[in-house]
This record gives sequence, structure tokens and C-alpha cells, in this order.
Amino acid sequence: MTNTIERHKYDIVVIGAGGAGLRAAVEAREAGLSVAIVCKSLFGKAHTVMAEGGAAASMGNVNEKDNWMVHFRDTMRGGKFLNHYRMAELHAKEAPDRIWELEVWGALFDRTKEGKISQRNFGGHEYPRLAHVGDRTGLELIRTMQQRIVALQQKDGRETGDPEKNIKVFAEVTITEILKENGKVAGAYGYRRENGAEVLFEAPAVVIATGGVGKTFKITSNSWEGTGDGHALALKAGANLVDMEFLQFHPTGMVWPLSVKGILVTESVRGEGGILTNTLGERFMFKYIPDVFKDKYADNEAEADRWYIDQDNNRRPPELLPRDEVARAINSEVKAGRGTEHGGVFLDVSKRLSAEVIKKRLPSMWHQFYELAGVDITKEPMEVGPTCHYVMGGVEVDPDSAAAVGVDGLFAAGEVAGGMHGSNRLGGNSLTDLLVFGRRAGKGAAEYVKSHGENPVSEASIAKAAAKIALPFVSQGGENAYSLHQELQEVTHNLVGIIRTGVELQEAIEKIAELRKRSANISVTGDRQFNPGFHLVFDLDNMLLVAESTAKSALLREESRGGHTRDDFPGMNSTWRQVNHIASFDGEKVNIKAQPLPALPKELFDLFDVHELEKYMTPEEIAKGGSN
Amino acid sequence: MARTLKLRIWRGTDKDGGLQDVTVEANSGEVVLDIIHRVQATQMGDLAVRWNCKAGKCGSCSMEINGKPRLACMTQISAYPEDEVITITPLRAFPVIKDLVTDVSFNYKKALEVRAYEPPSDLAPGEARMQQVDVERSQEFRKCIECFLCQNTCHVIRDHEENKKSFAGPRFFIRLAELDMHPLDTLRNRKQSAQKEHGLGMCNITKCCTEVCPEHIRITDNAIIPMKERVVDVKYDPLRWLGSVIRKRDGIL
Ligand SMILES: Cc1cc2nc3c(=O)[nH]c(=O)nc-3n(C[C@H](O)[C@H](O)[C@H](O)COP(=O)(O)OP(=O)(O)OC[C@H]3O[C@@H](n4cnc5c(N)ncnc54)[C@H](O)[C@@H]3O)c2cc1C
Ligand code: SF4
Ligand code: SF4
Ligand code: FES
Repeated sequence: MTNTIERHKYDIVVIGAGGAGLRAAVEAREAGLSVAIVCKSLFGKAHTVMAEGGAAASMGNVNEKDNWMVHFRDTMRGGKFLNHYRMAELHAKEAPDRIWELEVWGALFDRTKEGKISQRNFGGHEYPRLAHVGDRTGLELIRTMQQRIVALQQKDGRETGDPEKNIKVFAEVTITEILKENGKVAGAYGYRRENGAEVLFEAPAVVIATGGVGKTFKITSNSWEGTGDGHALALKAGANLVDMEFLQFHPTGMVWPLSVKGILVTESVRGEGGILTNTLGERFMFKYIPDVFKDKYADNEAEADRWYIDQDNNRRPPELLPRDEVARAINSEVKAGRGTEHGGVFLDVSKRLSAEVIKKRLPSMWHQFYELAGVDITKEPMEVGPTCHYVMGGVEVDPDSAAAVGVDGLFAAGEVAGGMHGSNRLGGNSLTDLLVFGRRAGKGAAEYVKSHGENPVSEASIAKAAAKIALPFVSQGGENAYSLHQELQEVTHNLVGIIRTGVELQEAIEKIAELRKRSANISVTGDRQFNPGFHLVFDLDNMLLVAESTAKSALLREESRGGHTRDDFPGMNSTWRQVNHIASFDGEKVNIKAQPLPALPKELFDLFDVHELEKYMTPEEIAKGGSN
Repeated sequence: MARTLKLRIWRGTDKDGGLQDVTVEANSGEVVLDIIHRVQATQMGDLAVRWNCKAGKCGSCSMEINGKPRLACMTQISAYPEDEVITITPLRAFPVIKDLVTDVSFNYKKALEVRAYEPPSDLAPGEARMQQVDVERSQEFRKCIECFLCQNTCHVIRDHEENKKSFAGPRFFIRLAELDMHPLDTLRNRKQSAQKEHGLGMCNITKCCTEVCPEHIRITDNAIIPMKERVVDVKYDPLRWLGSVIRKRDGIL
């Protein structure tokens, strides 16, 4: 097999063509290096395309009181102070430049009256902060990046005669392994989905930008691509995953009809004034405002409604609490028997906005409900419930360079990287995360390559990687990948879901181990020609590693915080806030160790009211007043 | 609620293939893509199909359903009578790779041929000021999810392989129109290049592209026709032509 494989040589391989991967590729190319972009779907279809609501950046176009410090505070609060402060700081500081840069590259955001980029409200953001294009912001972002890459290719074409000489997209190629030589990254190996043909990329630096893990769960807003490939590739290459217990269940996914269960209903519906009610007609969110947020959220309808007109003198409606709070509230309402027959609650925007405005501001939501559920959201409420949406945990990286801790030549950015969002991500913070850290990863990788040079791949490594790809065809009459995937989804949904307990997590860990054993014996029907059954074998292996990391980290964390809720440890605990869980892989199983969370330096500590910090930190931390 | 559905799915590769009969259970509210997935999980583990978002946002699941170019994830089963056999075939204008998956690289080649957006050289980040009404025209075209259904349906290439060389297709006419109407793009010859380099003249305004566009972009009325009209203007009106040269030289938008 090894003599027929397709071989390529680049300075940098970027795995993933979502916002993070494309931004990294642009940066690396602009630094003068050659870049391969590899992705599982067609170019322009990555998950990022589905992002709806917007990209958070404190440009202050709508409320000029906004600035990076306010954004930083909101991000830390949203993450319950488990965020890596440096990532949150870089993100808040650089997000506006990254949005403006998109505009220079041709993006057309919605405008304010003064002709600036318009910004909308979103959960957890103090001021209107999300740059958007109706409710198709992700499409705008990805198309702009895609067209930027085309622009770079055209430039190369004019200069060298070959537009794809120095930056090329390898679409519908799955990477199955990151190759290392002498302890450092040397390339990546994979196969073409079209025909199973194997592809080798030799490159001294690899940027992982593979997005999320949603497909590990039964109900999710993620597409088939969200199988945690990058998380698993990184683990297998010797990198660490941080905070894998934290998963965001978005409060509003569609619950009906069954076939669309989990598909996202953008938070902009609430940002634009949508309210949540139970079957008793009660606007229940007022009952669920946690103490830490009491001074920021209205506790009565009159004030909540006034906020839409006067934001300076009223507190925000509780529908706009951070996602973890809203998801848990909906979960509780449904459990208490106040949910709809399909296990959801009502979300209604028809009473606040005219049909015309709804269709203009939420066009794809209107479309989605009308076409898929037969519901006209300008007249009737939507039925919604929580859906697995985003993984806060991910590859442990150096914030400034996006270099993966522990593996030279490996970088990670976007949803696959951990730390930035702490225990819970605010809506809109992902899209700017992709741009800020995508750019930093591209830069980090370029600098690394310039100082380290080549690192050729050995034939032995290639043969090993090739053997793994051939394996599923060798065994006959074994397990079916589709059924194993379904079983895994049942386990994660039932035992590692929104509300967790120690006993169930323990059970989950055992069941996942069993599934892993069985997965060694998968066989596939058909041949290598565009064969989804064959593709799933590799995806499944990744999901199993992700599920194991999540269940094990979750078992150890004996508190409830953000996207991790333990029924047996309901409160937030300041001592636990000082702990990150680091997952690593020893070739057989995932191991978790506790690691101290980097402490807030004084200048960032001082951005907060100390009484607020007291809700999160231990008295000793408060007394210290920051780390330097 | 549940019903038994009879399908004919095209299976095969670039070499050969044909329709295969399949019987499968369907639940109410399901779309064609759900059914294909059920067939895949229970009967044909290696049935090839592209999809991503399952919500009409990514443009991956394009195929022909009873001969009509459609997104499988946005096509409700309930739209077809109980006893109807639903025939599912790959896009016809592009070469088959396997089953319902076609080689759409033609479109990416064409994308590479459309000269990129060119901002004013002195545009500093954050300084752009544009009114909503001025961006809206281009925004309509930027809604495009690149499903390529319009490309697939346009008779200029659907029935004439030989035209592919010189014809960019409706997807790229809206890209050119988008740039033409973009308040900040500095290349002033988008219409002419649509005509000269991208085959706008071969379009005879049948509007089939507009009819299949799942984003309801008014490809013909809002992009093709205005460009065609103004190409004529610009071509034959020497004063306008002179004007555009002067403005370009002066760097005035
Ligand atoms: C429905 C929805 C709406 C959202 N709305 C918002 C929003 O309004 N605002 C916001 O900030 N965030 C939003 N998010 C979150 C945000 O969209 C994602 O977190 C973000 O797009 C992830 O981008 P990424 O670049 O990290 O990866 P992705 O866009 O997920 O791209 C991953 C890429 O990696 C490739 N890949 C994966 N594995 C492999 C492999 N093994 N080999 C080769 N390639 C591989 C994939 O093909 C793909 O190209 C939303 C998410 C969803 C699901
Ligand atoms: S209107 Fe023009 S571009 Fe559209 S389908 Fe007809 S010929 Fe093709
Ligand atoms: S213009 Fe419409 S039909 Fe054509 S590719 Fe775009 S979304 Fe699809
Ligand atoms: S799967 Fe995305 S458009 Fe159908």
C-alpha cells in the first residue's frame, strides 16, 4: 500500500476548514509559508457555516460604553471564572480587529444608522456586542475566509502561474493520525473519503482546527463532522485535553418533529425579545435567577420588558442569562411536568415583534420552522429544549501561540482548543475565538517552522498509519459501527448528560470501556469507494476517546459549575475553581490529573468588584488580590 | 403516523449504475435525508450521500428528487402522496463519484476564476461606513449556501458539457453582481468581465436557476438582468465608458 499513497509536502498542515482553520491558514500563508488545508466536507461547508447569532466583539458601535474590559468580565463570569484568563484577555482585546479585518476582506455585516457594523444583544453580554448578518453570521464568516483564500490563491497564480502552489484545500479528506518523528510533529496521515485512497502530508507543523464533539451525544446541534477528531488526534499524539467535563447544552434546540430534534434555535430569538413559557403559561425564568446574577437580571416582567427600550435603567430579562442557567431551568420545568408533550417549553417571539420584523431579523429561523416543523413563528410559539451544542474542553494550549502543551509542532485553535471559555461559553464568543486564536495559531505555527525547519516522516510511521486504515476491512462479521455509535449516544445521553451523578458516571465509564473493546472488532461492508460505514469507524474511535475523557473528568469534579452539573454535588465550590482537569492518553486508557488553574494577575483581578469575586474565589485568593 | 415508503435510489459509480428499489419505514415529519440515513443504517451501509447541517444552511445535500433539484434535508416526505414511489438521483450536471455524491469541483474552479474583492487600498479597519440599504443588495447574494442547485439546473451546462469551459453559471453571476454592487469594491469592470470572461451572454434568462434556489435569491431578476442591461449601457454609451475610466483613475468610488 505504501508505494501507492499520495504524498504532499508543506510547511504547515491545517486540519479543519472552519473559521479557525481558515484564519490560521491565511495567517500562515501571509507569513510566506506553504499551507495545506484538509477538511472532511467540501470547502465552505464546515460547521462554522451554521453559526447564526453573531460574533462578539466590543467595538462599541451600539453602546459606546462597551470595551475589552467589559467583554473580558462578561466572558469570565459566563465561564464561572474557570477560564484561562490570558485567553479571555487576548480574545476580548483582539476581537474587534478581527471583525474589522473581515470587513476589509469583503464581509457585509448589518449596519447601524451611522453606517457602522451593527451589534445585537446576547445572553451574558452586558452591551449589544454581536456583529451579525441577519441570523446567518457563520455563513458570512466562512464565505469571507473562503474568498480570502481564493484571493491569496489568485495572487499566487499571478506570481507563480499555479494558484494552488502555496495554499491548497484538500476537501473530503479525513486525517486519522498525526505523525511524529524524534518526538516532534512531522506530518499527518489520512484518506480520501471519495475512494479511501491514502494521503500523506509531510509538514513540521500541524494546526488542529477540527471543531466540536456533539455527535458523541444523542441530541445535538452539531453535524456529522462533530466527532471530536482533533481532540482524539491530539490525545493520541501526546497532547492533553483540559476541562473535558464541560459541555454546553444549548437551551433551545428544536424538539419536534423527531427528525430535527436537536437542531439549533438561535439565541438571537431571545436576544430579539423572545420569551420562554411553560404549559401553564408562566414566564418561568424569573424563578431561576442565581444569586450571583441577581443584580444584573430583572426579577419582574415589567422591568424585563422595559429593558428592550431602555437598557441603561433596567436589568436584563432572565431569558438572557448564560446558557447553562437557561438549559437547566428548562430541564427542571420539563421534569416537573410543566413541559410540552414533546418534552420542551415554549419560546415565543410573535407577541413582541411584527411578522415583518421577525422575517427580516430572523429569516433562517422563520424558514427553518416553517419548512421543517410547519410552524409559523410570526404567529405561534416554537417548542424548544436543550441540545448538546459546544464543548468548552479541548486541547491544552499556550494562549499566546496556540501551541499544544507537550508536543512540539502541534497547534490547536477554535472549538477544539480548551481554556478560553472556562466552564461555559457565552454565545457569540466562539466566532471571534476562531478568528483571534486561528490567527494566533497560524502565526505560532509559522514562527515554529521558521525556527525549526523540516522533520521528515519515516517509512515505518507511514506503514503503521496505513495499517490502521486497512484494519476494518480485514475482519469479517464483526460489530456494526452504526449500532455501536447509537449505543454510545445512549450512554452519554443517559449518564453523562445535563444532570450527572457519581454513580451514573461510574457506570458510563464502564460502558464506554466495553464499547471500546467491542469497537476493536468492527467490520464494514462494501469497499473503500465513498463508504460512510468505513468513515464512521474512525469517527467512532474518536468519539469513544472523547466520551471517556468527559466521563472521567466529570466523575472527579465534585461540584456543579457551568456546563457540568452534579446532582450529588449541587453547589459551586471555590476550591474546585482552582482546579483544571487534564486528560492524557497512555495508549490504552484516558487518565485524568488535577492541575492548578493559572491565577488572575493583579491588573485583571482589579477589573472586578471584589464583592463579585468573593462569590467565586476563596478568602485566601481574595486576600492575595491577584497573582502578582 | 409511520408509513412505508417505496424509494428508487440511484446507486453506482462513474462507470455504471442504476436505480435500486428500497422499502423503508418513515415517520411523520421526516425529510428525505432522514430516510436516506435510515436506509444507510439498516440496509445499505455504504450508500454515499453528502450532508452536514440538516437545516438547509450548508448546501451539501443537493440531489434530484423525482427529477427536481432539491436539498434532501429540506424536502418533507409528507409532500409526496402515500402511494408515490420517490426516485432519488444524483445531480445530473456533474459527474457521479458514487451513488448520490457528485464531483462538484467545476464550481470551485469557477470560483477561482472570479477576480477577488478589491477594497480601497486606504481602507483602515473599522473605518468603513455603509448604509444598510446599500449593503442589502449584495447581502441578498451573500445568502448563497453554494448548494449548486442553480448550476445543476441551468440548461446551458446541464445539457451541454462543452459550455462548461466558458460559462461560470448562475452561482457566479450572483457573485459578480454582489461585487458589482458592493459599496467598497474598487474593480469597476465586474459587468464587463461577467460578459467577456464568464459567459453572461450565454444566459437566455429562463429563470430556472431562480426557481430552484433554496435561499430564494432572485438570481435572474436581481443579478443577471441588471448586469445584462448595464453591460449593454456601458458597451454602447461612450460617455459612460469615459466616465468610468476617469473615476477609476481618480480612485473615486
Ligand atoms: C447551529 C450552531 C449555531 C452556532 N451559532 C453560533 C453563534 O451564533 N456564535 C458563535 O460564536 N458560535 C456559534 N456556534 C458555535 C460555533 O459555530 C462553533 O463553535 C465554531 O464554528 C467551530 O469552528 P471551528 O473552526 O473550531 O470548527 P468547525 O467549523 O467545526 O470546522 C471543523 C473543521 O474540521 C474538519 N475536520 C474535523 N475532523 C477532521 C479530520 N479528522 N480530518 C480532516 N478534517 C477534519 C471539518 O471537516 C471542518 O472543516 C454555533 C454552533 C452551531 C452548531
Ligand atoms: S436564467 Fe440564465 S443562468 Fe439561470 S438557468 Fe436560465 S440560462 Fe441558466
Ligand atoms: S444561488 Fe441559490 S441555488 Fe445557487 S448555489 Fe447559491 S443557494 Fe444554491
Ligand atoms: S444538510 Fe445542509 S443543506 Fe442539507
